[in-house]
Amino acid sequence: MASGMMIKDGTSELRMFMGRARLLFAAALVLTLILVARMLYLQVLQHEHHQTRSEENRMQMVPVPPVRGLIFDRGGNPLAENRPIFNLALIRERIEDLDGLIDALAAVTPISADEIEDFHDRLKRARRPFEPVVLKFALTDEEVAALAVNRHRFLGAEISVEIVRHYPYGALAAHAIGSVRRITKEDLDALDRARYSGTNFIGKRGIERFYEHALHGDVGTQWVETDAFGRVRRTLDVSPTVVGQNLRLHLDIGLQAVADEALGDRRGAVVAIDPRSGGVLALVSKPSYDPNVFVTGIDAKHYAALVGSRDKPLVNRAINGQYAPGSTIKPILGLAGLTHGVVDWEEEIVDPGWFRLPGQSRLYRDWNWTPTNPGGQGIVNLNRAIYRSSNIFFYTLGHRLEADQLAGFIRQFGYGEVTSVDIDGAVAGLVPDPAWKRGAKGEPWYPGDNVNIGIGQGDLLVTPMQTAAAAAVLANRGKRVRPRLLLASEAPLLEDDLPPLPSVAGPSADDWERMVDAMQDVVHRGDLGYQQNGTAWYHIGQDIDYRMAGKSGTAQVVEIKQGQAYDEEELDEYSQKHAWFIAFAPADAPVIAVSVLVENGGGGSSVAAPVVRKVLDAYLSEAPPAPAVSGQELANR
Amino acid sequence: MSEPQFVRSLPRHSGLVVRAGLRRLHLDPILWVLLIMVILYGLIMLYSAVERDTDIVGGQIARVCLALVLMAMAAQVHPARYRRLAPGLYAVGVLLLVAVLLAGVTVKGSQRWLELPGIGRFQPSELMKIALPLMIAWYFHDRPLPPTFKDLLTVAALIGLPVALIVLEPDLGTGILALAGGLTVVFLAGLSWRWILYGLLAVVAMAPALWFALQPYQQQRILTLFDPGKDPLGAGWNIIQSTTALGSGGLFGKGLHDGTQSQLKFLPESHTDFIVAVIGEELGFAGVAALLILYMLIVARGMIIAAQSKYTFDRLAASSLTMVFFVYLFANIAMVAGLLPVVGLPLPLVSYGGTSAITLLLGFGIIMSIHSHRS
Repeated sequence: MASGMMIKDGTSELRMFMGRARLLFAAALVLTLILVARMLYLQVLQHEHHQTRSEENRMQMVPVPPVRGLIFDRGGNPLAENRPIFNLALIRERIEDLDGLIDALAAVTPISADEIEDFHDRLKRARRPFEPVVLKFALTDEEVAALAVNRHRFLGAEISVEIVRHYPYGALAAHAIGSVRRITKEDLDALDRARYSGTNFIGKRGIERFYEHALHGDVGTQWVETDAFGRVRRTLDVSPTVVGQNLRLHLDIGLQAVADEALGDRRGAVVAIDPRSGGVLALVSKPSYDPNVFVTGIDAKHYAALVGSRDKPLVNRAINGQYAPGSTIKPILGLAGLTHGVVDWEEEIVDPGWFRLPGQSRLYRDWNWTPTNPGGQGIVNLNRAIYRSSNIFFYTLGHRLEADQLAGFIRQFGYGEVTSVDIDGAVAGLVPDPAWKRGAKGEPWYPGDNVNIGIGQGDLLVTPMQTAAAAAVLANRGKRVRPRLLLASEAPLLEDDLPPLPSVAGPSADDWERMVDAMQDVVHRGDLGYQQNGTAWYHIGQDIDYRMAGKSGTAQVVEIKQGQAYDEEELDEYSQKHAWFIAFAPADAPVIAVSVLVENGGGGSSVAAPVVRKVLDAYLSEAPPAPAVSGQELANR
Repeated sequence: MSEPQFVRSLPRHSGLVVRAGLRRLHLDPILWVLLIMVILYGLIMLYSAVERDTDIVGGQIARVCLALVLMAMAAQVHPARYRRLAPGLYAVGVLLLVAVLLAGVTVKGSQRWLELPGIGRFQPSELMKIALPLMIAWYFHDRPLPPTFKDLLTVAALIGLPVALIVLEPDLGTGILALAGGLTVVFLAGLSWRWILYGLLAVVAMAPALWFALQPYQQQRILTLFDPGKDPLGAGWNIIQSTTALGSGGLFGKGLHDGTQSQLKFLPESHTDFIVAVIGEELGFAGVAALLILYMLIVARGMIIAAQSKYTFDRLAASSLTMVFFVYLFANIAMVAGLLPVVGLPLPLVSYGGTSAITLLLGFGIIMSIHSHRS
C-alpha cells in the first residue's frame, strides 16, 4: 500500500480512536438529550396547547339549521311550507381543475354566468374544509338524472338536498306573506352569525320578515369528529334545534282569492279587516308576483323586469301605495264637523255645483260639474251630503273647521301613522297641517287647503290598509283596533301585549248611528229618481240581502285646470282617477270592513264598489272555500 | 496489543452453554435482544398507524424476518472478507447510483429507485449507507493514522463521488447523511482538529452559496421549519400536524389506537417517515423516551464492539455503521419534532418499508461479525 514508508503505531492509534469514539458517543448523547428536551417541551410544557389544537383538528361544530315555522291561514290552509330541492354542489378540496369541471358540468346542465359568479362569491366565504358549495340551485328531475348518470366524470361534484320555502298559493298571497330570500353576504353582516350559521334563507318581506325571529327557530349544533379530509367519522354530541314556530294568520285564503278575482287584472288593492279584532282577513295588491322565484333564486334579467315594470308588481299597494282618500274621508269630516259644532244633522245648504271662498274667484267644483252643466245636488244636509257625496257641502265644512281641528280629527282614525301591528313595511301616509306645510313646503297654510281636505284631496295621503282600518273604526262606532295578520302563534310573542288604542273622542252615539245610516244610504237608498239615490246603489245596492254601510271615493291623479272638463278620453291610463270604496257589514253588527282601491280605475261607486260587494258577499254568505292549488302544485308536493 | 480494561465486558470463560452456542453462531445476544425489541415496538406502532391493517403489518413482518435472516447470515462472514469486499461493494454502489441517474424510476420528482426484475424497487443510496463507511475504513485500514493530507484528499474524493451522485437524484437528505457517515470514519480515523476547524469555516463561508444552490422546494422546507404557520395547509402542514400529534400525547399518550391525529389522517406519512409522531401521540413522552433509550443502548453496544475490536478496519467499520444508524434515527426524530427540515427519511427499524430495514440490519450483521470474530 501507499503508506509503506510509515509504520502503523497500533497503541497510539487505538488511544486516538478511543478518544474520538468517546467524543462521538458523547455527541450522540447530547443530540439525544436535545431530542428529549424537545419532546419534553412539546409534550409537557406545550401539552395543553397541542391538546387543544388536536381537538380543534378533529372536532367540528356543524350547525344544524332549524326547520322554519309554517304559516297557515285562519282555516289551516298552508300558506308557506317547506320542501326539498336538489342542488348541484362542488367540494373544492376534491377538485383540481375547477374551471374545467364547471365547463364539463355546463355541458350536461345549463349553468349561467351569474351562477358561476355567485358560486365564486360563496366559495370565498368562511366554511369548513370539504364543505360542499352550491353551484346551481333547484335542479329539475331531468338535470338530476343527467348528472347522476355522468357522476363518474365529475369528481368533487355532488347533488345535495336542501329544504326550502314553498308558497303553494304563489302570487295569490305574495303581498300578505312576503317571502324568504337566500341570505346574501350583506345580510350576513347584519345578522347574528351564530344563530344563522346553518341557515340559508331569511324572511325579506311581509310576515316572513316581520316574524323572522319566531319563524326561524334556534340553530342546533352537532359536534362531529372528522378526519383530515373532512369526512365525518362519528357524532360526538348534539344540541337539538328549536323548530321555528308555526303561525296562524287571520287571513282567509278563500276570501283572498275572491278579492283577487274581483279585482281582476286591474292594478289596485283590497284590504279586509275584522273590525272586532283588527284581524286582516284579506290583503291583496295587484299586480302580484310569484314569491317562489325568489326562493330558488331569480336571475338578473327577470328581476330587472319585475323592478322595472311600470305596473310595479313588487310594490305592495295595500300598505305602501299612498293615495288621496277622496270622498271616503267625508264620513270622518262629517263627524269632525259635528264634534266641533260647525254643523248639525239639520243644517241645509244650497249646492249649486261649485264653491267659492269669500273674496276669491277660484271655483271648487262638484264631482259632476261640467262647463255646460254646473250640476249641484240642490238642497243638501249632512245625510244627503254623504249619500250623494256632495263636494260643496264638505268644501263648506272644511272651510268652517280650523286646519288643526281637521288634521287632529282625521288622525284619530289612524291616518298619518302606522297603527298596524305586524304589517311589515306599512307606511304612515300624510295628514297635512300648517306646521307640516311650513316645514315641508315652506309655505303658509291657505284656506284653500282646508277646502281641499274637505273632499279628501290636497296633500292628504292614505294607504288602502289605513282606509280599511278607518272603515273598521266607523263600523265600531269609534272603537279603534290595530290591524294585524297574526291570529295565533305557538308561544306568546311581544306583539301580543300592545296597549289598546284610544277610541275616537267627540261624536255622540247618535252621531255615529246617523253617520252609519248615511253610509247605508250610499248603498241602499235607491229607486227614488234623479239625484235621490245613493251613489253606489245603482252599482251594488239593487239586489243586496244584507245591510252594508259604505262610501265611495275618487282620487284625482292629475290636477284639472280651472274651467276645464275632466275628459277621460284625453288622459292616458296612468293619469286616470283612482277609484275607492270603503264599506263594512252588516251595518248594525259589523264583522268585516273592507277597503278597495283601483288605480286609475275611474269612479269609486262604479269600479271599486262592485269589488267590495263581492268580498262582502263571499264573507257573509259562508266562509269561502280555499282555492285548490293548481295541478302542478299538487304534483310538486 | 493489549486490551484496555473497560472493554472486558464479555467473559470468555462463561460457563453458559447458550452464550457459547450463540457465540459459535456469531450472534451478539445484546444486540439481538435490543434490535428485536425495537422491531417489535415498531410493529406494534405500525399496526396502530395503519389502523389494524393486518396485510400491511404481515408484509412488514415478512420483510423484517428476511432482514433478520440476512443479518444472521452477514454475521457469519469474517470481517476480513468484508474488508476485501469493500472496494468492490463501493464500486457496485457507485455504478448503481450512476444507473439510477440514467435509468431510474422517478417517484414524486426524484429519481431514486432502480427497478430490478424479480426483486422490485431498490434504492442504491441505501447500499451506500454500508458501502461508503466500509470503503473508507478499508482505505484507512493499513495506513498510518492520523491520515496525511494526501489521504484526506483521496478520502474526500471517495466520499464526494457517491454523495454528489445522490444529491443529483435529487435526494439532498440522504446525500447529507451519506456524507455524515463518511466523515464519521474520517473523524474516528483521527482527522486533526485543525482540519475540522477549516472544514467548519469552509461550510460557514459557503453557506450563502449552498443556499442558492438549493432547489426552491428545498429552501421552502428549511424556511418552513422556522415558521410552519406561514403556510399551514401547504408546506407547514406536516410539521404542524406532527408537533401537534407529539404535543397532544403528553406524558403518557392517548393510548394505543386512540391517537386522533394519526387515526383521523391529520398526520401525514404516519406509518412511514412520521411514525414517531404516532408513538408520541399514543404512548406519550414515555413511549418516545423508551424508544430513544433502546436506540441509545444499541448505539452504545455498537460503539463498545468497535472499541473491543483489534483491527483498524473493524473498529472504523463497526463504529461508523453504528453512527450512521444514529444519524438516521436522530435526523428522523428531529425532523418529526420540528428541529430539522422535512426530508424523506424513515425511522430506523420502525418505519414501514423493507429496504431500510435490510440495509440497517445487514450493517448490524457486519458489526456482529466483527465482534464475534475478534478472537
